[in-house]
Amino acid sequence: MKLTVNGATHEIDVEPDMPLLWVLRDEFGLTGTKFGCGVAMCGACTVHVDGRPRRSCVLAVADVDGDVTTIEALARPGTLHAVQRAWVEHQVAQCGYCQPGQIMAAAALLDGNTDPTDADIDSAMSGILCRCGTYARIRAAIHDAAGKMRGA
Amino acid sequence: MGRFARIARRTFLVGSAAIAGGVAFGYYQYRKKPANPLSPAAGEVTLNPYLLITQDGVTVITPRAEMGQGIHTTLAALVAEELDVAWDTVRAEHGPASATYYNIGVVRAGLPFADYRESGTHEFVENVIDVPGKFFGVQVTGASASTVEAFEKMRKAGAAARHALVEAAARRLGEPAAALTTADGFVIAADGTKLSYRELARDAAEIEPLRDPPLKDPATWRYLGTSLPRLDMEAKIAGSARFGIDVRLDGMLYAAVRANPRLGGEMKSFDATAARDMPGVRKIVDLGDGVGVIATNTWRAFTAVDAVEIVWGDAPYPPDSAGIFDEIAKAFDSRPNATLRDDGNVDKAIAGAAGVIEAEYRVPYLAHATMEPMNATALLKDGRLQLWTGNQAPTILRGQAATIAGLDEADVLVHTPYMGGGFGRRGEYDCSNQAVKLAMAVPGTAVKLTWTREEDMRHDFYRPAAIARMKGVVGAQGPVALKADIAAQSVSRALARRAVGFAFPGPDRLLVEGAFDQPYGIPNYQVNGHIARLAVPVGAWRSVGNSYNAFAHECFLDELAAAGGLDPVQMRLDLMAGVHEPSRKVVAAVAEMANWAAPPADGRGRGVAFTYSFGSPTAQIVEISQQAGGIRIEKVWCAMDVGTALDPRNIDAQIGSAIIFGLSAAVSGEISFVDGAVAQSNFYDYDVLRMYQAPDIETRILENSDGISGTGEPGTPPSIPALANAVFDLTGRRIRELPLGNAIRFV
Repeated sequence: MKLTVNGATHEIDVEPDMPLLWVLRDEFGLTGTKFGCGVAMCGACTVHVDGRPRRSCVLAVADVDGDVTTIEALARPGTLHAVQRAWVEHQVAQCGYCQPGQIMAAAALLDGNTDPTDADIDSAMSGILCRCGTYARIRAAIHDAAGKMRGA
Repeated sequence: MGRFARIARRTFLVGSAAIAGGVAFGYYQYRKKPANPLSPAAGEVTLNPYLLITQDGVTVITPRAEMGQGIHTTLAALVAEELDVAWDTVRAEHGPASATYYNIGVVRAGLPFADYRESGTHEFVENVIDVPGKFFGVQVTGASASTVEAFEKMRKAGAAARHALVEAAARRLGEPAAALTTADGFVIAADGTKLSYRELARDAAEIEPLRDPPLKDPATWRYLGTSLPRLDMEAKIAGSARFGIDVRLDGMLYAAVRANPRLGGEMKSFDATAARDMPGVRKIVDLGDGVGVIATNTWRAFTAVDAVEIVWGDAPYPPDSAGIFDEIAKAFDSRPNATLRDDGNVDKAIAGAAGVIEAEYRVPYLAHATMEPMNATALLKDGRLQLWTGNQAPTILRGQAATIAGLDEADVLVHTPYMGGGFGRRGEYDCSNQAVKLAMAVPGTAVKLTWTREEDMRHDFYRPAAIARMKGVVGAQGPVALKADIAAQSVSRALARRAVGFAFPGPDRLLVEGAFDQPYGIPNYQVNGHIARLAVPVGAWRSVGNSYNAFAHECFLDELAAAGGLDPVQMRLDLMAGVHEPSRKVVAAVAEMANWAAPPADGRGRGVAFTYSFGSPTAQIVEISQQAGGIRIEKVWCAMDVGTALDPRNIDAQIGSAIIFGLSAAVSGEISFVDGAVAQSNFYDYDVLRMYQAPDIETRILENSDGISGTGEPGTPPSIPALANAVFDLTGRRIRELPLGNAIRFV
């Protein structure tokens, strides 16, 4: 089975029903993608498959139908994605555990919509839980990142 | 890990010690009051190492659990401020488990005194409690006490180090120390000669540190009082921050466990035949009270443990919630454990009054549901045990691990990585103890145990369910009598039993905090705590007793206000007048922020609540609206007095976090029992607030109190009654049982 992750194609030999999350974390050591619930209810495991946000904890590796991007490769090495810069600017993270999922979801949202309304943000982000309650700063950071992307 | 091990070894050195690659500075202070005979035995408080000067900056040892509250950044700032170094050269590390890092603030938070009545309390603490606190040497993160406790200690660590560095420079330059200044990690002479801290560090380590170095005038603070960029921010947004669950070691195996869902019940037998042959399974481990599966991948372990057939014994408590609440209610029949508030003569005032108001409030058990499920990694090798796990109590955890493994504590090394939330859950050792047992089954190989979300939800130490029976009388000027009887399991006794094997007798403050210790001048005012005897596992949950007592107390005050035709804000202001001015000011502030004097818009309702907890008086107003599908929480205003605000932006984050945490509980938080087991298992039946439900939050930080107080928890308690009071304001429905979502729909 072939799997392309962060630009590199791997030949892997695992059970086809193993969720992508555990291939990333335990087989590849890409621990930036988090385990939170295992049933697509918290969004901590959000990655991109061909640029679209997917919950990797319920996505069987055999069903991955595109190139996978994780938080580790959201930006070019040594740089930050506009969303990550906004997260720093707004000092969003507290415990930080859900933030890779939040950032991947936000980046996917802004990839198709650089002027999201609050309703767009609710729709794209409500699947990702944050027990530290950083939602207000996430919302502000997304608007800020969108503004900078439009201006760029 | 290598770096960590180096730091750990340093703590075994005595005095200020120069070592390869860095220098550790110690700061310690014997008791100021030599009258206390226990003082000399404080030999265990020998060295208090908070600072390493490295080749490229300074590393501050910040020995409190970083679970999101930003404590590493604030503690590092305390040292950096006095040391006089550039912020971008500062790093923070948790450091090793050590009695050196005892947290007396946690002990203080359990004392049976109302904090706002300060006289006497401090002296008692200084004379009696502080010394045993050091003696026990418990390193704990909790009780919103980290900053309070470190405020002087860590500034002095920085100041003592700076003094030694200046002294070393003075000797090298042959100039008086008084002629030298410091800036950004350099000692600077009058002629402009600059010596870096790095080049002075070895000499400075030979100089006896001042025991009581002078501290800067706060008016000259450069970092403290400002909003600093968090030291952990960039790693956390890049995905490179390493949480306990992210630990990776050579040759590591992965594990899952299954323990009795009837909590505390025995395991009668198990059959692992099917699991044994599943892909990647290496070992099945009998944990005594559960089964562990060690495999080559976490998912394989999860899948295999599901295939183990286990026969469980019954729970040692009534099998369903109704039976459990009956048991809690029985506690009212026994004499109170304590009456920590007894002003006037409440029974007489009630007996002689017309129109006595009575109400019963109920709250359910609650799970912590940290985003990072419980996990721990253990490696037993060559007679030494290493543990990597997010934890709030490393010295206790180490002791437990040593006992299980049959090792000396000195041979157990506890690593404390970032925590994906704590909220009190990571002060427990159940998961790490399981990891130790698993590691003992495969000596020489590291094992990472990860709990499924279901295991996590159903094996928590829950916020206790509680019942509060309230009676009150209100007159034209305000409440004249208030009597509260509160029944719940004792968190403090449960914590003590687990940590040291026995429960301390005496009044249980946590049972009644948030009710007995509020700064209201009600003339006849009594609060009784009744301990419910139940074996449901309970523990500390963000704000502990305040989390349920504030709901009953502040909703009942709202009932009294409504019955007396009084404005609930003005009534509180009147009750606080002459009792505690900082509390009165936060209520006045929040009323101004929310423009309380003007009525809310049509279709909107507002509720107010106040709680004094962890030294921080906190007032909130919640505004809600009626939407087609239900009630929406629109806005929360919060005013909190913290005495001294060290990092305003981070305090704002903590307040907002605590409010969302409280509102999540108020709207939907409920752990219930069916057939002896917790009925909920994942976020689909234990949901918390999500983006679309999260209100706008506006905070104001006041500094009218003396000293400094905690900010991680005090935002939670008033959020729950403020919402319930807003629901009453909007709908006329007085909901006295949580979660509110069982009675009305939220959108």
